[in-house]
Amino acid sequence: MTTTDPSTTTRAPRGRRRLGDVLFAGGAQGSGILILAILAGVAAFLILQSFDSLAANTANFFTTSEWHANTREEPAFGVAALAFGTVLAAAIALVLATPVAIGIALFIVYYAPRRIAAVLGYLVDLLAAIPSVVYGLWGIGWLVVQLAPFYAWLETYFGWIPLFAGPVSTTGRTMLSAGIVLAVMILPIITAMTRDVFLQVPQAHREAALALGATRWEMIRMAVLPFGRPGIIGGAMLGLGRALGETMAVAMILSPSLVISWFLLQSGNQTIAAHIALQYPEATGYGVSALISAGLVLFAITLVVNMAARFVVSRRKEFA
Amino acid sequence: MSATKLSAPEQTVPPRPTPSLRGRTLPKYLPPALLGGSAVVCAAALYLLDRWNPAVWAILAAVLYTAAVTVLSAVVENRRKAVDRLVTSVVYVCFTVAMVPLVSLLWTVLSRGLVRLDGYFLSVSMNGVTPSMDAGGVYHAIVGTLLMTLMAAVISVPIGLMTAVYLVEYGRGRLRQAITFFVDVMTGIPSIVAGLFVVALWILLFGPGHTNGAAGAIALSVLMIPVVVRSCEEMLRLVPNELREASYALGVPKWLTVLKVVLPTALSGLTTGVMLALARVIGETAPLILTAGSSAVSINANLFEGQMMSLPVFIYSQVRMGGAINYERAWAGALTLIIIVMLLFLAARLVSHFFAPKTR
Repeated sequence: MTTTDPSTTTRAPRGRRRLGDVLFAGGAQGSGILILAILAGVAAFLILQSFDSLAANTANFFTTSEWHANTREEPAFGVAALAFGTVLAAAIALVLATPVAIGIALFIVYYAPRRIAAVLGYLVDLLAAIPSVVYGLWGIGWLVVQLAPFYAWLETYFGWIPLFAGPVSTTGRTMLSAGIVLAVMILPIITAMTRDVFLQVPQAHREAALALGATRWEMIRMAVLPFGRPGIIGGAMLGLGRALGETMAVAMILSPSLVISWFLLQSGNQTIAAHIALQYPEATGYGVSALISAGLVLFAITLVVNMAARFVVSRRKEFA
Repeated sequence: MSATKLSAPEQTVPPRPTPSLRGRTLPKYLPPALLGGSAVVCAAALYLLDRWNPAVWAILAAVLYTAAVTVLSAVVENRRKAVDRLVTSVVYVCFTVAMVPLVSLLWTVLSRGLVRLDGYFLSVSMNGVTPSMDAGGVYHAIVGTLLMTLMAAVISVPIGLMTAVYLVEYGRGRLRQAITFFVDVMTGIPSIVAGLFVVALWILLFGPGHTNGAAGAIALSVLMIPVVVRSCEEMLRLVPNELREASYALGVPKWLTVLKVVLPTALSGLTTGVMLALARVIGETAPLILTAGSSAVSINANLFEGQMMSLPVFIYSQVRMGGAINYERAWAGALTLIIIVMLLFLAARLVSHFFAPKTR
């Protein structure tokens, strides 16, 4: 079976242009252009609708933390705390998920018994199939209850680290809980990407390392990880993009407040996406338009992260 | 991967007392025995200290085992082997850690969801049910979810499929690169931004405050299109080029070749891809809160008029109410949703298994 690209190797027979051909090719190209138009439309409509509130805003949009937008007179709102919370939650998720995801990918590709490796990989993919609202329900209904005593323990013994300073939230509805659930949600994304590159490591490299007497870990360190590094970075950035934009888990778990706080075990902080979901039903006055401008900030952040991730991943493909 | 062991040649002379070529190794039965041993020791210690807790036990046992096997290996074997064994146990622990949320999530949803999930729950709506009343069900949400997902599929499948056809059969040059790149970027759009996009569009078209099922469906299709493009593109690339060439050789025009040869060959793969995309968007919550509303309680089968409830939003709004009975409804709704998603996955697997074209 040839896997070469049909559009460059095969040409339809030359001759007069048939009407069917013109229509079909036009339709196909039109759909492609429509997708570009939708993406441009997303940006355009968000900018257009946010203009209204940004012009009326009496506070600096980027340095203010408060959110008084549900009014027609002198709204004052800003995304400083929201943007900080978004980045903080995503950073916690990334720090927790990336090492585990690399371990899982190594396990599935190099450690698990051949026969069951595919099944185990399928189990990890199953994590990606679970809807985010169910993660939120699980987080608020089960996980935070389990985590609360752990947080108390963490504060007792590691409270001297500023991140874990008390007083600990007794409900467990903290930034760290939200970050942990986000980590579980992005785990399958990073794992899938990392596993794909690990599978592509040339067998000759691995066998050469083993033939020189390397142990399995030395083989991985010398042959697999250097080859797989762009894939790991790209996968982690894709996971980051997902964590930045994830709404429901944070909206349901975190007990929010619009402050900039580094204390992971106390309630507080809020992310852009969760703020929009929670505030939208009650938005009046400039409220909707203000939320759209917050969404625009989120869109811009995720767009940059995703484009950078795709760039890293696609650059690797050219050398592989 | 398979490091074939070279068996040492049969020795005819009695082994000499000099160190052997292979060095000392830990016996094969030792690691599992150590693991069992550390599990028992930790269980006993926790039980005696009267601080029994399964999570603490598992963590302690894993740490104890890892330390024991590493130290033993460093003493008996050598440092390099010890590092290797250390990494091996860390990698196994990583996988186990990932299984904890999966198992606990499925278990809690199943055990708590079954409390309320019955024929009554599936067949009535929340119309006239006050939040704390012991009644009400999820029928209106199922209707909404199915209708909106169906409309999203009707919008996204043609666009996505035609784009995939363009990328595989026609596209070249800059435009194709741009579309491939931006489809990838589009997969990463946060779902709430897709919802806001439709909100902004709706305000422009109909004025503020309009929510209906169609808006939700359009938001879902923004999220669904890139997934459909990706999976369909992959499937179309798998169609052997010889089939296209044979068709051209018979004088069939290109569009008929695509329509009658390429697409039918890839049909099972395309169906699978669309079903997986459906499974992905059917659980979307955030865009629907913004576009289809979060307070509908009655059955609404009209996509173009009035708020429309969906299963994910039902779960979310019940959790927001916060009472015990609301949580019961939320768990039962979550179980319903997971069952629907799993059915879609299963159907996708079955389609790709039974209707895959016979290559060779």
